[in-house]
Amino acid sequence: MIEQARNPLAPYAHEGAHAIEVENLAKRYGEVEAVKGVSFTVEHGEVFAFVGPNGAGKTTTIRMLCTLTEPTGGRALIDGYDVSKHPRDVRQRIGLVFQEQTLDQQLTAEENLRFHAVLYGVPKAEVEARIDRALRMVQLSERRSDLVSTFSGGMARRLEIARGMLHTPAVLFLDEPTIGLDPQTRALMWEDVMRLRKEEGVTIFLTTHYMEEAEYADRIAIIDQGRIVAADTSEALKRTIGADTVELSTGDDDLAAKNLEAAGFTIKRGEDEVVAFVENGEAQVASIIAATGTPIRTVKVHRPTLEDVFLHYTGRQIREGQGGASMPPHFMHFARRR
Amino acid sequence: MSVTQAPVTSAHHHHLAATSDLRTIRMVWRRELIRFVRTRTRILTSFVQPILFLFVLGYGMTTLVGTTGGFDFKKFVFPGIVAMTVVSTAIFSAISIVWDREFGFLREMLVAPVSRGALVIGKTLGGASVATVQGTIMLALAPLIGVHLTPLLVIEVIGLEMLMSSALTAFGVFVASRIQRMEGFQVVMQLVLFPMIFLSGALFPLNGIPGWLAVITRINPLTYAVDPLRHVVFAAQDMPAAAAARFATGVTIFNYTMPISLEILIVLAFLVVFLTLAIAGFSKTD
Ligand SMILES: Nc1ncnc2c1ncn2[C@@H]1O[C@H](COP(=O)(O)OP(=O)(O)O)[C@@H](O)[C@H]1O
Ligand SMILES: [Mg+2]
Repeated sequence: MIEQARNPLAPYAHEGAHAIEVENLAKRYGEVEAVKGVSFTVEHGEVFAFVGPNGAGKTTTIRMLCTLTEPTGGRALIDGYDVSKHPRDVRQRIGLVFQEQTLDQQLTAEENLRFHAVLYGVPKAEVEARIDRALRMVQLSERRSDLVSTFSGGMARRLEIARGMLHTPAVLFLDEPTIGLDPQTRALMWEDVMRLRKEEGVTIFLTTHYMEEAEYADRIAIIDQGRIVAADTSEALKRTIGADTVELSTGDDDLAAKNLEAAGFTIKRGEDEVVAFVENGEAQVASIIAATGTPIRTVKVHRPTLEDVFLHYTGRQIREGQGGASMPPHFMHFARRR
Repeated sequence: MSVTQAPVTSAHHHHLAATSDLRTIRMVWRRELIRFVRTRTRILTSFVQPILFLFVLGYGMTTLVGTTGGFDFKKFVFPGIVAMTVVSTAIFSAISIVWDREFGFLREMLVAPVSRGALVIGKTLGGASVATVQGTIMLALAPLIGVHLTPLLVIEVIGLEMLMSSALTAFGVFVASRIQRMEGFQVVMQLVLFPMIFLSGALFPLNGIPGWLAVITRINPLTYAVDPLRHVVFAAQDMPAAAAARFATGVTIFNYTMPISLEILIVLAFLVVFLTLAIAGFSKTD
């Protein structure tokens, strides 16, 4: 009874409050304006992705939301609690997985979780069940008694996610959860995240600089140089930057261009190709081919990707000037199949 | 605004905070013990230095200083070596915070909704327990060099070890709170820890030393931790008057010989000061 009062971890402590509510949040480190006034809202049960290149201000934003760094402007509420005024209430309600590992390598998986349970005031009677559940959630039950030093990077990461969920937070923050992981492990991690959302109803706020990954999120905010340049669902974001393109290379591009225009398509004449802009490239490819009236060598249908969205809003490729490896294309297939 | 929890009285709040702090202290303390037991090499290596000192210094100096009434330098230096074991183990335990910082685990602790005081106290008690165990294992070597152990002596020594190790761990935790990297800690410890041990009366008698050295030893807080330890060990020995005079215990300032209770008070004050500073140190960092 007493323990329960100490640990008011029902996900919705403030009825009607958003999971996260941020207004003009800013952080300045001396000369550096790491975050230049961002505003957004995340609802309960949402998976929200903060996407942007290194140095965009993702970690700084997470640190402010988690009460680890005092904002220099604006305000942020977590589950209705102001991060500056009620840091302890906020900390009770959040789970946090840092960009860097924060496990004790010399303890076992279970000991790491037990330590966390005590620090977050999980009632004694519930500790065992929660540890079991958390380990099952990330499929590490078999390894519970192994030292973390024997874990792979991916296993450690997933254990951290389990730990972040141990005190049943309302919001789980994951800072670059997939960084440095191989594609297969990344896919497993995303499975974990989706399972947590489904089974625990937790709100998930995560950052990544892998554009493709952001597809999984319900909503995406693109952050660049401390500003949110666009925020919406991935579909809506792609729609804002325009239509699909169908790229044709033909025996006679001039003729093809003339015929397509005559058929009412919006086109652009490239060096060695003709590009048609259409609402739904895959559905219209047949009528485009029919209208071309000249032999076709190749057809390419391109849907805008989040990469294109980023390029559109920032004028740069997301990976410009940074060492991060891009995600191999087969990952998406692998991950989507599941 | 809060709708899911029943109103909680402030008395309840205090009670709950205290319960959770105690649980945290116990957990942090337990972690120290688990890690201690898991690193057997650390247990062994932490005996190497004191044992080396005991034999090199003990046997080497005994031939120089000679034996007074059946009491030799080995026996004199033995309590000092026990103290040295305790001090270096305590400091080593505190160092692990800098490791925790490097390996990230410190963040896991500092982010948690618990008081920094509970974390620092848990850490200090953990380091102190480990150091007390090490010191007591060292004490068990006493018969090898002809120092008698009585149950009372052992109990008294353990009590003093706990006090001394708590004070030194708190000091180390404070230093660790101010230092970001391992190299920094090592520099501070070389400049502070070793001089502190060497100038504490652990390894030589405090009477009849040059004036400047006497001043330094009296400023050194460790002096007041080593002396009571030696005092209780000597009290259980069968010492002839000549030996007792030659290897006198007690710290004298301006011809005033301090009682043990005052020395213990000084160490206690040292503990309180550095515990407070350590808590403050960790309350600032994030
Ligand atoms: N403690 C700090 N002191 C000074 N500058 C900082 C600090 N933390 C971050 N920055 C700067 O703020 C900017 C945003 O950093 P960060 O939030 O870590 O980006 P991201 O996580 O998106 O890669 C960077 O230019 C970074 O150098
Ligand atoms: Mg970052």
